Amino acid sequence: MRTLKHVSVGETVKIHRINGAGALQRRIMDLGLLKGCEIFVRKVAPLGDPMVINVRGYELSLRKSEADVIVIE
Amino acid sequence: MSIKISLAGNPNSGKTTMFNALTGSSQRVGNWPGVTVERKEGKLKNDPEIIIQDLPGIYSLSPYTLEEVVTRDYLISGQPDVIVNIVDAANLERNLYLTTQLAELNIPIIVTLNMIDAAAKSGITIDVEKLEKELKCPVISTSAVRGNGCDAAAELAIKTAATEVSPRKIFSEKTAAAISEIEVLLSHVPANNRYWYAVKLFERDGKIASALNLAPETMTKIDRIISDREKAENESSEAIIASERYNWIDNVIKAAVDAPAGKPDNISTKIDSIVTNRFLAIPLFAAVMFMVYYISITTIGTIGTDWVNDVLFGEWIPTWVNSALAGAGTAPWLQSLIVDGIISGVGAVLGFLPQMMVLFCCLAILEDCGYMARVAFIMDRLLRFFGLSGKSFIPMLIGTGCSVPGIMASRTIENESDRRMTVLTTSFIPCGAKLPVIALISGALFNDAAWVVTSVYFAGIAAVVISGIILKKTRLFAGEASPFIMELPHYHRPLVKSVLRTTIQRGWSFVKKAATIILLSTVVIWFLQNFNWKLEMVNPDQSILAALGSFIAPLFSPLGWGNWRATVATITGLIAKENVVSTLGVLYGVEETARTALEYRIRQEYSSIAGYSFLLFNLLCAPCFAAIGAIRREMMSARWTIFALLYLTVFAFTASFLVYQFGILISTGLWNWQTLVPAFILSGIILVLLFRRNPYCGKDGKSALDLNEKRLK
Repeated sequence: MRTLKHVSVGETVKIHRINGAGALQRRIMDLGLLKGCEIFVRKVAPLGDPMVINVRGYELSLRKSEADVIVIE
Repeated sequence: MSIKISLAGNPNSGKTTMFNALTGSSQRVGNWPGVTVERKEGKLKNDPEIIIQDLPGIYSLSPYTLEEVVTRDYLISGQPDVIVNIVDAANLERNLYLTTQLAELNIPIIVTLNMIDAAAKSGITIDVEKLEKELKCPVISTSAVRGNGCDAAAELAIKTAATEVSPRKIFSEKTAAAISEIEVLLSHVPANNRYWYAVKLFERDGKIASALNLAPETMTKIDRIISDREKAENESSEAIIASERYNWIDNVIKAAVDAPAGKPDNISTKIDSIVTNRFLAIPLFAAVMFMVYYISITTIGTIGTDWVNDVLFGEWIPTWVNSALAGAGTAPWLQSLIVDGIISGVGAVLGFLPQMMVLFCCLAILEDCGYMARVAFIMDRLLRFFGLSGKSFIPMLIGTGCSVPGIMASRTIENESDRRMTVLTTSFIPCGAKLPVIALISGALFNDAAWVVTSVYFAGIAAVVISGIILKKTRLFAGEASPFIMELPHYHRPLVKSVLRTTIQRGWSFVKKAATIILLSTVVIWFLQNFNWKLEMVNPDQSILAALGSFIAPLFSPLGWGNWRATVATITGLIAKENVVSTLGVLYGVEETARTALEYRIRQEYSSIAGYSFLLFNLLCAPCFAAIGAIRREMMSARWTIFALLYLTVFAFTASFLVYQFGILISTGLWNWQTLVPAFILSGIILVLLFRRNPYCGKDGKSALDLNEKRLK
């Protein structure tokens, strides 16, 4: 299963599923990262982490460890 | 009749700007998520009957973060008469998600499409009438920053307050059916909130379940209803609800919004391609910070400060006051109190006002344009290395202005141990009030070199880093770093109005402090310094202050400045850090109070290394009483507060001791074993603490948000 963590900069992917449970999962879903939603990976921070994605028309930054719960198609 | 209006919305959607526009107050605003951390209340400008409340920004009414829980508890129980949901028009999709939740609270609601001008600029057009029809509530376009539409929004809110709330059909038929099944089981819950509780129970919101105290049979029934839906959709109930909300929003947007297709490649992304560029970001950040301090400390600010110190407080005021007092035939002791005590003390502090104003202005520009959120993004990896989150950077950056709001800003950090760590270490960062001390020492002993200022900022950062690494390996602070899921706001041109407001506000609080606390302490110090125990006027050397200071001073001998004047200055620094300068001003007070005179005396008394050690101790040790109060408030525990103060002081002592001892060794080449042995042992201990393996690492892979959730329960 490929997760968002492994997507390279400039790629556009579709969310398949959000893993995990509890607060982290809920926060990710509240921000609109849901099944079927498209994500564009904008960039990675100078030190390799976190990353910036464009989702639902806005820019969101999240760590790779957090991106790892987002399974993509 | 009084009406309560609550402002609710996503972080950084402009609630506080709206609040300021409506109430005419000047709460702090900034262009990053999480500026407002507590509820604020104000009265509508021209109608004191209308109470406006500014709530912290939230993405959802979930039970997971402190702000969300605070907001939703308030909205359920505090019963505002109307909610003004402030929505970022350029980011409608995600903003309306909260709207769908607020709409379930059975409180009248209006939606304000804020920052409508920015949305229009990026080609988004919104059909307000259609949106009203879809949302079933009044919608109004505003631009709070320019003050457009705010009064109209307030009027609309007042009009809406008394209206009935019409239900909206957001969820799919099957989910809606499941929710109404749950509703039936909640007969004991007040009817007006029943729907909201039912939705929360469907989401398996543990806080609500325990608050309602349902019978076990009811819980089993509810659980079966939920499981049936979950099985049908092959998703968790939380995901079903979230998906259906967004599906509904998608349809609303299709009907009412016309936006350019594709991912917008706007100005913000273009700026970001340079500012957060892999190679340029860090050098650029260092350059920006250097420029800020170069402008405020070394160049423009200093020109102003020199003028205030040397001309205004150095010649004009003392000469004028002296002749006025002499002319009026005032008693010599009173003349001494006013000229040597008050004017030299308060003047020494006020002299730094120009430098502070320039610094405040630069920081306000950076805050307002949206750079701060990028800084958190750039620095996160580094900060996480020693157990902090990029979000800790924001409190620390605010802390460069004043530790008190800096410490309070730590409240946006979800994880408790991260939050404590941030509260503990924020005051290491030199705040504005420490600036005069830095400027004095660098002026007196280092010829105003910019590297001194830069180096103490780096020393502050190093103190944070070292503390982070050491403390993270103790039981007190063990655990994963909190998540870093943060929206990057759009850049915008800094607004002159809000930059000026922030600058003047901070400058004014500086002046106010000088006129109150510092004035009072200069009088006390002048008294203690001019009288002996028998209350006779004596030479400062035989005064009460000299006696007290000399008693404590030996403690600071290993740091190179064990004399009573420096000791007393350090102690009065606890009242307010500017006091260090004003006290030195009083204690070394010669006839004229010019800064150059004070610098001259300091040059006579201290070596550069001793001066630097004195500076370092005063920057790192326990902060002023106001900041100690903030630490107490945020730690919410006396024991943690005492721990923090002890830790800070011990850390400061150790750092200054090592710097002084090794500084002497390097500069003179003299091996003074008596002090060098403890210095080596101390450095050894620190190295061990720094590099030992983390005994708490990887024990559980649980996310910090989950840990926080447990604590909330």
